[in-house]
Order: sequence, then structure tokens, then C-alpha cells
Amino acid sequence: MSEHVTSITTYLVIFFALLVLTGVTVGVAYVDLGPLNDVVAMAIAVFKASLVVLFFMHVKNSRRMTKITVVSSLFWLLILFGLTLSDYWTRGFLG
Amino acid sequence: MADTHAPGLQHHFDSYEQQQEASFFGMWVFLATEVLFFGGLFCVYLIYRTANPVAFAAGSRELDILLGGINTAVLIGSSLTMALAVHAAQVGKHKMIAIWMALTGILGGTFLGIKAVEYSHKIHEGHFPGPHFVWHGPEVNVEMFFNIYFMMTGLHALHMIIGMGIMLVLIPLAWKGRFTPDSHNYIEGFGLYWHFVDIVWIFLFPLLYLLGVTSHV
Repeated sequence: MSEHVTSITTYLVIFFALLVLTGVTVGVAYVDLGPLNDVVAMAIAVFKASLVVLFFMHVKNSRRMTKITVVSSLFWLLILFGLTLSDYWTRGFLG
Repeated sequence: MADTHAPGLQHHFDSYEQQQEASFFGMWVFLATEVLFFGGLFCVYLIYRTANPVAFAAGSRELDILLGGINTAVLIGSSLTMALAVHAAQVGKHKMIAIWMALTGILGGTFLGIKAVEYSHKIHEGHFPGPHFVWHGPEVNVEMFFNIYFMMTGLHALHMIIGMGIMLVLIPLAWKGRFTPDSHNYIEGFGLYWHFVDIVWIFLFPLLYLLGVTSHV
């Protein structure tokens, strides 16, 4: 069996990183950055999600087939957002 | 020898490795559909929020950041215990699989308990969308924020309830030694599902609870 076993230390490091980032995201929300508040909050959320996907869900050490499936799910999500918002967010353009 | 095969290896697979590969691929394809399932709601959130920024900020300020933050930590903790259950399965400590999964279930129950407290506050304050919705502020369309809040957190909570139901089946099996280092796809596949539910919350928490803190609109 060639399955890669992630060490308990790695899991603990990721766990504490996720807790710290949760604290950071709450703290930053109280700093007025204007529209950048949303950008920072989403950047932290994407980073946290990446940690979960790569380490808790083992994608970092998974087969290429798994990686392609993960990336294609995000690609389809991009299509969903892209086509929908290119309609809703441009309706005012023609007056 | 043709009729005997290794324990836990289904006859239509050549090897444990092939069986595991097929299992994980299937699970990830299912999660891809889940990404799009929740993705539709995130899209709805974005459309209505850009159309009603004032109402969304006002609605968001009604939510309890402390309870939402505690729940975020609880869910991250449950992801850790789930990861440790998978680790126990990989190294063949079958009773530890059951113990770590039971802890995961307890943390999941804690999350749902806190969520229930939040829901009952909101319902008591008249913030549940429908004919009895009450909003005393000057903002219009705040009900849409609460529609989306209840829909998204409700669908997320439903996923957790389903996950806890599956855990009730897997924990006794794990305790009895059904899962081995070669054959524990149910545990690892379920782990993927549980972590996915955690990821959804990682996005829901800032989008629903934190958006109105500094908003001036």
C-alpha cells in the first residue's frame, strides 16, 4: 500500500494555524479598510480552505487524478459565478 | 484460490490500491457537485448583497460574532479529531478510530447546539423570514439577508446532521475492527465529507457575521 500517512504533528500545526487565522479574520473585521475588508476576509478564508484541502484532505500527497478533480470543481464554480454575475452585474451598463 | 480474496477487498477490484483510488475519485466527484450546490447559494448571496449593501450590513450586525466565532473554532476542532480518526485507521488502531470519531460527533453536536441557540434568538426577535418578520430599522430588504442566512446556515447544518447520522453507523463498525490499514475507505471518504462541511463554514462565517462590523453604508 503506497498511501501517504500525514504525521500528527502536521495535523496539529494546521489546526493551530486555522485557529490563529480565525482570530485574525475577526480582528481585521474591526479595522476599517473600506472595500478592502471583504478582500482581506476572503483572502484569509481561501487560505484557510486551502490548508484544509491540502493537509486535512490529503490533496497535497494525493494522486494526480484527485488533484485534477479538485481543480475541475473550482473551474466549474468559476463558470457558475462568471456566467451568472456577467449578467447581473452588467445590467446597468445599457442604462 | 479463485474464490477467496483478501479481507475488505471487493472482488471487482484487483488491489487495495485500485479500490482506494476508485473510492476517493468517487468521493471527490460527489464533493465537486457539493461545491456547485453551495456555490449556487454563494452566488445568490453575492447578487443580493451587491443589490442591497445597506440591508446586508444591518442584518449582519444582528448576528452574534462571539457565538459564530466559537462555532468556527469548534468546527475546526472537529476537523482535527476527524483527521486523527483517519490517521488511526491508516496505522491500524481501530479503537482509536471510534474514539476520535465519537469526539468529532460531540464537537459536531456542540456546533449544532450553539446554532440552535442562535436560531432561537433570531426567531424570538422576529427575524425569521415570512409573515411574522419584524424589522424596526429604516433599512429596507433586511428580510432578504435573513432569508439567505437561514438558507445557507440551514443547508450547512443539514449536512452536519447527515454527517452525524453516518458517524453513528461507522463508529460501531470501527470499534469492532471492520477497518484496517489496507481497507478503510469509508472512514477516509467520510473524513473528506466532514472537512468539506468545515470549509463551507470557513466561508460562511466572514460573509454572514463579519461583513457589517465596519460598514458605513
